Amino acid sequence: MIAWTIYLTFAGAVLLLLLPRRFARWIALFTTIAGLALGLIALVRTPIADLAQFTTIVRVPWVPALGMNYQLAIDGVSLTMVLVTGISAVSTVLFSWDVEHRQNEFFFWLLLVVGGCYGVFLSADLFLFFAFYELVIVPKYFLIAVFGSTNKEYGAMKLTLYSFFGGMLVFIGVLTAYVTAGSLDLNQLSQFQFSPQLQAWAFPVLFLGFAVLAGIWPLHTWAPTGHVAAPTAGSMLLAGIVMKLGSYAGLRVAMNLFPQGFQMWSKWIALLAVVGIVYAAAVALRQRDLKFVIGYSSVSHMGFVLLGLAAATALSVSGAVLQMFSHGVIAALLFAVAGRMIYRRTHTRELDVLAGMNLSRALPFAAFTFVIAAAASMGIPGFSGFAAEITILIGAWRTYPLAVWITGVGMVLVAAFTLRALKQSFFGEPEPGVTLQEGQIALDPDWNERQSITVAEKCGACLLMFATLAVGLYPKLLLDRIMPAVEGMRFLK
Amino acid sequence: MSYLELLKLASPETIVVITALAVLAIGLGTGRVKSTATVSTSKPAQSTNDTSTATGICSAVAALGLSIAIGTVLMLPRNATLFGGMLVITPLTSLFKIICISLAFFTVLLTTSEKALRHPGEYLALVLFATVGLMLLVGSEELLMIFIGLELLGLSLYVMTAFDKTDVRSAEAGLKYFLFGSMSSAFTLFGISLIYGMSGTTSLAAISEKLATVSVQALLAVGIVMTLIGFAFKIAAAPFHLWAPDAYQGAPVPSAAFIASASKVASFVVLGKIVLVGFARVHGGAAWHAMVAGWSPVLAALAALSILVGNLVALAQSNVRRLLAYSAVAHAGYTLIGLVAGDRDGFSAALFYATIYAITLVGAFGVVAMVRRETGGDDFANFCGLASRSPLLAGCMSIFMLSLAGIPPLAGFFGKFYLFSVALRAGANQGLLWLVAIALLGSFISLYYYLIVLKTIFVDEPSLATARHLDGLSSDLLPRTVVVVLAASVLLLGLAPEILAAPIVAAVP
Repeated sequence: MIAWTIYLTFAGAVLLLLLPRRFARWIALFTTIAGLALGLIALVRTPIADLAQFTTIVRVPWVPALGMNYQLAIDGVSLTMVLVTGISAVSTVLFSWDVEHRQNEFFFWLLLVVGGCYGVFLSADLFLFFAFYELVIVPKYFLIAVFGSTNKEYGAMKLTLYSFFGGMLVFIGVLTAYVTAGSLDLNQLSQFQFSPQLQAWAFPVLFLGFAVLAGIWPLHTWAPTGHVAAPTAGSMLLAGIVMKLGSYAGLRVAMNLFPQGFQMWSKWIALLAVVGIVYAAAVALRQRDLKFVIGYSSVSHMGFVLLGLAAATALSVSGAVLQMFSHGVIAALLFAVAGRMIYRRTHTRELDVLAGMNLSRALPFAAFTFVIAAAASMGIPGFSGFAAEITILIGAWRTYPLAVWITGVGMVLVAAFTLRALKQSFFGEPEPGVTLQEGQIALDPDWNERQSITVAEKCGACLLMFATLAVGLYPKLLLDRIMPAVEGMRFLK
Repeated sequence: MSYLELLKLASPETIVVITALAVLAIGLGTGRVKSTATVSTSKPAQSTNDTSTATGICSAVAALGLSIAIGTVLMLPRNATLFGGMLVITPLTSLFKIICISLAFFTVLLTTSEKALRHPGEYLALVLFATVGLMLLVGSEELLMIFIGLELLGLSLYVMTAFDKTDVRSAEAGLKYFLFGSMSSAFTLFGISLIYGMSGTTSLAAISEKLATVSVQALLAVGIVMTLIGFAFKIAAAPFHLWAPDAYQGAPVPSAAFIASASKVASFVVLGKIVLVGFARVHGGAAWHAMVAGWSPVLAALAALSILVGNLVALAQSNVRRLLAYSAVAHAGYTLIGLVAGDRDGFSAALFYATIYAITLVGAFGVVAMVRRETGGDDFANFCGLASRSPLLAGCMSIFMLSLAGIPPLAGFFGKFYLFSVALRAGANQGLLWLVAIALLGSFISLYYYLIVLKTIFVDEPSLATARHLDGLSSDLLPRTVVVVLAASVLLLGLAPEILAAPIVAAVP
């Protein structure tokens, strides 16, 4: 039944092309809610034991001559990713509730991204997987280039070309695996013994291709510019789920198919991950644009995921999966506050300008949300960020103790830039008469009805805050499902 | 062998020829009415009206004849050989005759939107003669007959390219195409004569047997290379592609569509037959660790060069048709990889790719034709803001462009996957990886310029001069339907590639 997340989302996308625009946002909302509901039903109904293996749920011959099947499967890792996709998608739609310009088209591209992500997380056939993976690239371009802001065409093209460059490396890896093993079934492939010589070069090609999308240093530069250029919904989707495609694929495909290659290269991945964590955090400390701060924080947080994967213990990899979930929610929340709640009302994201506005008085709900998001992002206990990062670090301690030490420094930097952003954006010293770019007074001291936070935004923010709190307080909910699935993977043995 | 039987087996060709003559006659009749009307009343409005009526009648007749021809192809026996391979009927030839006729059919339908044509009868007759050339080309396994087919096709295409007498670019394109084409024909003929001199026969199967005992010596190498040059010209592989940009840009749009689609598919079928049947024993090897002299290193070099030159030069274009021309060079390179891989799988992958490429390009040229008619040009500027003027055309164009770029779920993505997986499997120890890597690099580069086209369509604001609404017109309903049908089939072939892949795999010997 979880397969219907894919069909419903694409059906919604097609429907958007056919129906007039007054239905657009409702179609998008219902489609994404249905997707989330299906994910939650699967979470409740599927016995935990069934999630330990990558269990096939649909298998239909597609192109028998080439051994291609339409095959979907699910395990604990996939289910977690499906859930975060659903949560991000619903909140994204809620946060784009008042998009007026080319509305149908906007939600069409948005649903294509969401549907493609569901597809990637559920595919159990390498060709199908790759098709969904590449499908996500082009809608992102349009989402950013048509609906974005700051330098949008440059950001969109850069992001698309980086993604496609990664896709090209992935293409080589996928073809090599397919041609050598003669099969496209991921479960069969993860049993196949590839020769060590082949793994030695095929693994880095494949993993690097995926890691581009996960924002690995030094191929991360698309992420900040892309996030800044994107409309709020675009940044939320990008940081929330699209970056996770890369790390999920690295785990599911690259590491499972080429375990020996992974062992040869894992220390280099750990090195890049640690450099990424510290470097991105340091860069974020110096940014003036709030979205750039959050963009670099995404890169830094994704570094944790890569470190968890590279450490290759059951605990660290499970932590990495949990961090994918956690960061998906937190990043979406941060971008929602920066891009929607603040930017829509003040028309600026410059921290120096925001500092003079004393926004916490004018937008108390936004301030509250941002405090929660910042706390979760810094890894304060009780939020999902803490649960995930501590799991990764404990897991990685056995393999790379030095990396854990350096990462600890990185976490201090993360806390530093988050607090700086928080203080400057909401709790700055009020200066009278700060003006907007368009020359109006930013926020009237007396309450302006149009500038209040809308119900849709509140719902979206509450959903995301609830998700990060729920998982933070009770990580067992997901970890119980992730751990057995990770323990069954080949590269751990 | 009675002539009656020959007539029966060659009935599709016969029908197309008869249709061509009929269309020519109709064109003459209506053309004369037109000229008298212009002289006597000197009302230009009426004369355009007359031309469009003539175009309508002629294309209806041509389309009818082509449909009947498809029907007769279906009724042919499964296998037959006439005159030692001069005319051959196999599942492969029947399938590709159908594909070529269908592409010609769509081209004919596209001509109805072409207002500039002053002599529609003659133009359509040329399209039909070119189609006969394609059918001869596809349906022969004998070098002389192949050469005749090539010439018939080529001569028709030269005239079709230069057909727009009001446009100096068209004349220039025709001349360039003719000069390069006749030169390459000379090469091919010389190559064929050398092969004939060595083997004493022109039948492909017999050549293959004769060459089995011969090692690759200088004379044979020259013969092979010269024969291949002619085909490299036809498929516009670098460095024999110089005619393509001008022909694609200058020719009337249906001619360009025909050159890019049907002519290419047929050339690939024949090229495949020649190298895989005729030169089967001098295959050679193109693997990076084991290069062996033969035709496959030659084709591999052509492929690599085409991919790089085509994609890099396409980056700098600002005219959609010119861009399509350079991308055509690159796509010829991709398709050649299938032939380099060289076995049955490689051939079917190449044919699959060539076919979907042809379908895509006819559609893309259909969109170009409509934009050109409304805005008077086909530069990027004319495409600005097409999405707001005509969402339907913009949607179709994005399907075509993304399929060319190889984005799922469109046909081009599956085509590339099929092609590259076959190539990687062919060389032992991933010997053709270098070629696949170049091709993937090329398709990475290509995404940029396809996206630039889409950016112009979707992101840029329409300029005031081109602000007319495309959707308000009902007169181009037919070409619009053609474009939508082609876009739908590109999408369908991406979602269910089995529909086309299975017949091709079954038909390839």
